[in-house]
Amino acid sequence: MAAADELTFHEFEEATNLLAETPDAATTSRSDQPTSQGHVAVAVGSGDSYGAEDEVEEESDKAALLQEKQHQQQQPGFWTFSYYQSFFDVDTSQVLDRIKGSLLPRPGHNFVRHYLRNRPDLYGPFWICATLAFVLAVTGNLTLVLAQRRDPSIHYSPQFHKVTVAGISIYCYAWLVPLALWGFLRWRKGVRERVGPYTFLETVCVYGYSLFVFIPMVVLWLIPVPWLQWLFGALALGLSAAGLVFTLWPVVREDTRLVAAALLSTVVLLHALLAMGCKLYFFQSLPPEHVAPPHQAASLPTNIPLSPTLPRSMAPS
Amino acid sequence: MAEAEESPGDPGTASPRPLFAGLSDISISQDIPVEGEITIPIRSRIREFDSSTLNESVHSTIMRDLKAVGKKFMHVLYPRKSNTLLRDWDLWGPLILCVTLALMLQRDSADSEKDGGPQFAEVFVIVWFGAVTITLNSKLLGGNISFFQSLCVLGYCILPLTVAMLICRLVLLAGPGPINFMVRLFVVIVMFAWSIVASTAFLADSQPPNRRALAVYPVFLFYFVISWMILTFTPQ
Repeated sequence: MAAADELTFHEFEEATNLLAETPDAATTSRSDQPTSQGHVAVAVGSGDSYGAEDEVEEESDKAALLQEKQHQQQQPGFWTFSYYQSFFDVDTSQVLDRIKGSLLPRPGHNFVRHYLRNRPDLYGPFWICATLAFVLAVTGNLTLVLAQRRDPSIHYSPQFHKVTVAGISIYCYAWLVPLALWGFLRWRKGVRERVGPYTFLETVCVYGYSLFVFIPMVVLWLIPVPWLQWLFGALALGLSAAGLVFTLWPVVREDTRLVAAALLSTVVLLHALLAMGCKLYFFQSLPPEHVAPPHQAASLPTNIPLSPTLPRSMAPS
Repeated sequence: MAEAEESPGDPGTASPRPLFAGLSDISISQDIPVEGEITIPIRSRIREFDSSTLNESVHSTIMRDLKAVGKKFMHVLYPRKSNTLLRDWDLWGPLILCVTLALMLQRDSADSEKDGGPQFAEVFVIVWFGAVTITLNSKLLGGNISFFQSLCVLGYCILPLTVAMLICRLVLLAGPGPINFMVRLFVVIVMFAWSIVASTAFLADSQPPNRRALAVYPVFLFYFVISWMILTFTPQ
């Protein structure tokens, strides 16, 4: 296959040149790069040449490869497959590292700079949201089963529509709120001189990974002790919101105090609303002594129908 | 064979004559044996093939496809590292399995709209869009499996879970009870593990080793969701 070899070699040459350091390229020390940063995957052996390497070749002579992959100023067009492949250019160890970083936020460590290293990925946010949506639906259902075992008058049904609701709400939160945040930060860019805003993908990444801590929280909510549930909720919310705040703090620090405080409190409030909404909708607390349908907060679209007949198959004897 | 009228194979060297003038007179000398047979065996076979699939009975056409599907079912039930599923992929098996599963999982129309199990369309959408999403994820991570091959593998590996659904329905006929539930739980867990093992046997090799877990985790989630739907099925 001489033709394919030539093609591969040629791509590698081109890619080496393209990875050359230009005078404006972001280095790892300078952390305030206002231009949108993307990165390209030098997937030489990946086997699909969708004609994406059609950038203008850099004419710089400093062809030094740094230890981390350099960012490229121009990416393949959004209609090519390689463009989207560049967002999935992560290894298992990197994803696990980022998840660990989101679980343990530290005040000095900015999630974007420290863990993402300005190379956001879409794998984490997408699959964490999918996992969270399904885990919510499954554990909500399980709560109903466990409640029914204590109180056989409750009618059990699989309630499949909760999967749809969970999916839509989680994905909307994880993608629309970063969009709004990114838009707001860009709008306020003029006020800040030094620090530029994050790119949209980095914001999505931060939100996506911050939702990870909700997964064990939701599983632990199966324990039907109310104060324990609120404790776990507060703990998880604290960790998650702390991660978000520490990440956003360097960006809003330069802004006026009012705007900074308002922005951070809005972010935390939205996060808290998400956690509370999940708790109230999917985990209607059903105290074992009560036979009547529970009186919950107003925003519950489903009520458990009170049926006197014994439910079948999932009930204990 | 006629004698060569000039030096053999060399029409252009006679200088006063125009080029290629005597080309039509060239004949092969007897010193150079050029003989043999040129047969094109494909031609006759294609004709046979064409007429055979056109004229064969409907029974043999259907049986051929059914046998291919059945062979792949065997490969799923006894997973070894073989290429049959990948090489001759087809989507008949996944379609049959998905329709069977959705027909068995759907709730009655008498059920209320909000409570109850999934509708036929919901199961269908989950299976097919789930498979498409996993395939896209695998390709975006840099795997070298083709789109339809991956769909084929994921669809065929639903077979253990369909068998679990059948067993669950049979067990549910015996009436409710905790033993009932334990049996169903055990069956679903075993079939879930079987599905995962079968699909990773086929799919894991197509990924680079440092991303294998990233590609296998969505498969795990996919079969987990289907297993959950099977386990929570309650006949009304």
